[in-house]
Amino acid sequence: MSLYHVQKLLFHLNNVPSVRRRFDAEREALLAEYRLSDEERRAVTHADVGKLHLMGVHPLLLAPFAGRVGLRWPDYLAALRRAREAAGGG
Amino acid sequence: MPLVFAGTANHAPGITSRREAATPAQREVFFSAYAELRARLERARLDALVVVSSEHFTNFFFDNAPAFCIGLAEAYDGPSEDESFLRIAKTTVPGAADLARHLARAASAEIDLAHSQELLLDHGIMVPLHLLVPQMRLPIVPIIVNCLMPPLPPLARCYDLGCALRRAMDAREERIGLLAAGGLSHWPGTPESGRLNLEFDRGFLHDFLANNRQRLIRHSDEEISTSAGPGGHEIRAWIVASGATEGLIGEALCFEPIPAYAVTGCVATIAVV
Repeated sequence: MSLYHVQKLLFHLNNVPSVRRRFDAEREALLAEYRLSDEERRAVTHADVGKLHLMGVHPLLLAPFAGRVGLRWPDYLAALRRAREAAGGG
Repeated sequence: MPLVFAGTANHAPGITSRREAATPAQREVFFSAYAELRARLERARLDALVVVSSEHFTNFFFDNAPAFCIGLAEAYDGPSEDESFLRIAKTTVPGAADLARHLARAASAEIDLAHSQELLLDHGIMVPLHLLVPQMRLPIVPIIVNCLMPPLPPLARCYDLGCALRRAMDAREERIGLLAAGGLSHWPGTPESGRLNLEFDRGFLHDFLANNRQRLIRHSDEEISTSAGPGGHEIRAWIVASGATEGLIGEALCFEPIPAYAVTGCVATIAVV
């Protein structure tokens, strides 16, 4: 696990327009520049916010990322709740 | 003239981004309080406004997380958020650079302050500025407190920063205002978003108005996280204001739970002259 690097990627995605453009145009190449595990890479690639939440990504990094990938606010919250329930956290 | 105005208020993005989501009665109470704070700020005829707010992954990250950072710039861009989301127009706010350098130098005798010549303003500063100085022409000195990335600065240290700033401000000729923005209990970006802890908020506001240093700084980080949520750590900004107004009693202009904004609407002021 490399939570720091996942969060660093989201921080850049949220704040740096050129990183955002690369996320859309060449996602695989961009993600290769960050030290992510396969599981983390998959979660970011598919914008699996529930998974990222369970991994411990800070909500103030995750919520803007969800907005960037077009997830509506109620759907974002529902995804987090579903992930918690599936993990037995309620 | 030294410090001539002090105020505190929430800065939750919902205040502007979904203003109409609150009930008409809630809006009346909350925005009237903000308008009263604005009237008092205007009566103080300020030359500059020191704005204390919290980090939200706008300027800093886990690679470099200063406890306190003061802006030394001639101007600041904001808001960092999309205009269509926050409903505040992108603009450039003038910086009170000379005052900022003085505050940084003087306060550094007591507190280690990081400094920056380029800080972006996010909702934490832009929401209160939008409601208090909508022309955005009053020069500001932003001070960002790490309320986000543990280890966080101890509450006592935030109070000390306020005391140090006060001494530094009182040595100046300008008419200076202090605005602290953030809190109180809230759970931003989580499934608990919209939850409020009225007991915590009421208790904190009570201690804040009495400027009861001992009670203000008694909370552990664990207790704040549990009782007031991850956003509750933003009480640090308020405690900086308490340090800057040590010995003075505050006045609450509003205490109104507004779940639609994800906070208890709290606006207060301290008569410093």
